[in-house]
Amino acid sequence: MSTSIDISGLVKTFGATRALDGLDLQVATGEVHGFLGPNGSGKSTTVRVLLGLLRADAGSAVLLDGDPWRDAVALHRRLAYVPGDVNLWPGLTGGEAIDLLGRLRGGLDARRRDDLLQRFELDPTKKARTYSKGNRQKVALVAALAVDVELLLLDEPTSGLDPLMEAVFQECIHEVKAAGRTVLLSSHLLAEVEALCDRVSIIRAGRTVQSGTLSDLRHLTRTSIVAETVRPASDLDAMTGVADVQRVDGKVAFDVESDDLDSTIRYLSGLGIRSLVSHPPTLEELFLRQYGDDVRSAEEVRR
Amino acid sequence: MSTLTGTWSLVRLALRRDRIRLPVWVLAILALVHASASAVQDLYATQADLDAYAAVLGASPAAVALSGPAVAVDTIGGVTIFETSISALVLVALMAIFNVVRHTRAEEESGRTELVRATVVGRHAPVAAALVVVSGASLLVGAGAAGSLLSQGLSASGSVVFGASVAALGLVMAAVTACAAQVTEHSRAATGIAGAVLAAAFLVRAVGDVSGSGLSWASPIGWSQAVHPFGGDRWLPLLLSVSVAAGLTVLAMRLVDRRDVGAGFVTPRPGPAHAGARLSGPVGLAARLQRGALAGWAFGVGVGGLAFGSFTREIRNMVADNPELAEVMGAAGAAEAENAFLALTTLIIALLAGGFAVQSALRLRSEETAGRVESLLATALSRGRWALGSLLVTLAGTTAVTVAGGLGVGLAVAVTTADGSQVVRLLAVTLTYLPAVLVLAALCVLLIGWLPRATALAWAVLGLCFVIGWLGNLLDFPRVVELASPFSHVPAAPTEAVEAAPLVWLTAVAVGLVAVGLAGLRRRDLAA
Repeated sequence: MSTSIDISGLVKTFGATRALDGLDLQVATGEVHGFLGPNGSGKSTTVRVLLGLLRADAGSAVLLDGDPWRDAVALHRRLAYVPGDVNLWPGLTGGEAIDLLGRLRGGLDARRRDDLLQRFELDPTKKARTYSKGNRQKVALVAALAVDVELLLLDEPTSGLDPLMEAVFQECIHEVKAAGRTVLLSSHLLAEVEALCDRVSIIRAGRTVQSGTLSDLRHLTRTSIVAETVRPASDLDAMTGVADVQRVDGKVAFDVESDDLDSTIRYLSGLGIRSLVSHPPTLEELFLRQYGDDVRSAEEVRR
Repeated sequence: MSTLTGTWSLVRLALRRDRIRLPVWVLAILALVHASASAVQDLYATQADLDAYAAVLGASPAAVALSGPAVAVDTIGGVTIFETSISALVLVALMAIFNVVRHTRAEEESGRTELVRATVVGRHAPVAAALVVVSGASLLVGAGAAGSLLSQGLSASGSVVFGASVAALGLVMAAVTACAAQVTEHSRAATGIAGAVLAAAFLVRAVGDVSGSGLSWASPIGWSQAVHPFGGDRWLPLLLSVSVAAGLTVLAMRLVDRRDVGAGFVTPRPGPAHAGARLSGPVGLAARLQRGALAGWAFGVGVGGLAFGSFTREIRNMVADNPELAEVMGAAGAAEAENAFLALTTLIIALLAGGFAVQSALRLRSEETAGRVESLLATALSRGRWALGSLLVTLAGTTAVTVAGGLGVGLAVAVTTADGSQVVRLLAVTLTYLPAVLVLAALCVLLIGWLPRATALAWAVLGLCFVIGWLGNLLDFPRVVELASPFSHVPAAPTEAVEAAPLVWLTAVAVGLVAVGLAGLRRRDLAA
C-alpha cells in the first residue's frame, strides 16, 4: 500500500509558540483520512506546511513522493485544496473565481463544474462579496471537486454548510473515494468523519495522540455498560480497567477498558445478570477523552 | 439611548488602535511646517530679500498655481504662509481622508462594524467617533502650526488664524470622507472619491488663484487660504468651512440612516457565470483587480497634467509683458521661465505616478493579508509567477499613468502655444522619470520579501520624495538625504539636458531590488 502523505516529527514554531511539536501523520493512497483535533491544535498549520505555504523547522514531510516546499508547483497540479475560511476576490463572481482557480490548477471539467453548481445550489453570477460564508465555502468546494486530482486536502471544508449541503458533500466524497482518490479531511463534525473516513488521526497541541481505523480506536478504549445483577456488584470499583462506576435504581453503570471486558463480564455473570446493555464508545466520546486531561493514559494504552 | 450611544467607547478604541499612527501623522506634518517656516525666516532676513521675493515669486503664476494667493509676500509673515500653507493643507487633508476611511468603511468592509454594532452602540456612533478622532487630530495640527509660527516670532493673530485655517480644512475633508464612505462598499473606492475631491479642490483653487476670477471660493482649500494670515487675518472664510463641515456631517448621518450595514448605495449586479478568456493567469487576475484603480489614477493624473500645462500661457504672457521679471528670475527669457515651470510640473506628475506604483506593488501584500493568496498558491502557480504577474501589471499601469500625465501636460502646452511638437517633447520629458518611479515600486517588493510587516515604509519614502522634490530648495536638505530620493538623480528636463546614464542605472537598481525582494518572498512563510 503506497502512502500519499508521510509526515514524521514535524516541528513548526511561530516565535515562542510551538504550533507543531513532532507531529506524525500517514495517509495511505486511496483512503479518506480524518484529521481531528481541538481548535489551535495545529491542523491548519499542518495543511499549510503540506501546501508549501509554510516552511517546517524540523522533521520530514513527503507529499505524493515529493517535497511540499521544494516541489510545490509540481505537486499542486496533482492536488486540490479547500480552506475552512474561504477568502474570495470581492469584485469577481463565484463562477469567475471557480474558473480562475480551475485554470490555474491546469484546467477543470466543465461538465462536472456545472453538475456540482447544480448539486450545491450555487448561483455563479453573484459577486463574491455578496456570498454568505456557506456560499463562499461552496465556491471553493466546486473549484476543488471539478478538477481531476489524486489528492484532496480539505481543511474543515463544510463549516457554514447547511445539513442538506452537508449531505451533498458526503455524497461527493463517496464518489471521490470510489474513484480511488485520496482525501485528508480535517473536521469537527464527528458524524461526518464517522460517515466518510477509513482512518483517523487525532492531534493535540501539535502532536499526534492517536491514529488508526475507527474500530482500532474503539478497541483501544472503553465500552460503556449498564447492568442489573441479582447480587450487588460491590467489587466492581476495585477491579482493574473499570472506571466511572455509578449506581442508580439498583442498576450499575460503568466504563470498562476493552482488554478487561472479558474478566468483568465473567465477574458480573457470576452475580447473576438480570439485564445488560453495552455500547461501544461513540467517536464523540473517544474525542472528548483525547481532549480531556487523560491524554497521558491514552498514550500508555497505545503502547 | 440614542443613535450616538457608544461614541466615546469607539473614540477610545480608535485612539488605542492608532496610538502610534495618529501621533506620527500629526508630528510629521508639524515637523514639516516648522522646518519650512524656520527656513523662510533664515532665507529672507532683510526687507531687500523680501522685496526681491515679492517681485519674483509673488508675481509668478507658476508659484501662485502651486502655492496659493500671493498675499503680503513682501512681509516675512506673508512669505512664510506662501511657502508653507499649501503643504500643510494638503497633508492635513490626506490625514483626514486616510484616517476617516480607516475607521469607517474599512472597518465595515472587514466585518468588524457588524460585531460592534450588535453591541449597545448607536447607528451613528462609528461615523461620529471617526469624525471626533480625526477632527481632534486636525485641531492638534492647527494648534501646533500656530505654535510653530508664534515661536518664530510672527504675530499672534496671523499665527492663530493660520492654525485655524489648517484645522478647518481637516474638518471639511473629514466630513467629505465620511460621506464618501457611505456611498461605496469599498474602502479603497471611498479613499479614491475623497482623494478626487481633494485633487479637484486643489486644481480649482490653482485656476482661481492664477486667473483671479474668484473661482477659488469653490474650493475648500481656497476657503482656508482666503483667511490671508499676516495680510488681513480674516476669520470669516472659516465660517464657510465650518458650516460646510457641519452640513456634510449631517448628510453623512442621514446616509447612514438610509442604508444597511456593510452596504453602499450602489447595489451589486449579477456578473458573468464563467470567467472570460483573459482571467486565466496571474497577469489577467492582477489586471482585473487593478483596472478600476488604474483608470482612476490615469484620469486624475492626466487632468492634473492638463491643468498645470495650461498655466504655461500665463507664464509666457507675464514674462512678455514684463521683461524685467525674466531678468529678476535669472531666466534668459520667457522660454526659460516656462521650462523651469514645466520641469517642476513633470516632476510632480512623476511623483503622483509613484503613488499608483506604490499602491499597485503593495497589492501583493494586501492580497496576502486578505487571505486570498492561499487558494491561488495551492494551485499550480508558483510564488515567483504570481508576484511577477502582478508586478507586470504594476509596470504597465505605472507607465500608463505616467504617459497620461505627460500627455496631459503636452496637450495643454501644445494647445496654448499652438505648437503640436510639444506633445511628444513633454511626454518624453515626463517619461525620463519612469525608472525613478519604478525604483519606488521595486522598493515595495523588497519590503514585501524581507520586511512584510513594514510595507507602509514605502509610503513614507514616497512622502519623503515629495518633500524633497517640492520643498527641497527651501529646506536645503543635506546632499545625502536628497540623494535618497531616486527622483533627485534624474536631470530636471527641460531645464537640464536629458542623460541616459541615470536612467540606465536606476532601471538596474529597480531590477535588482525586485530580484532580492522576490528571493525573500520565495523563502518566507506566507501570512495565514
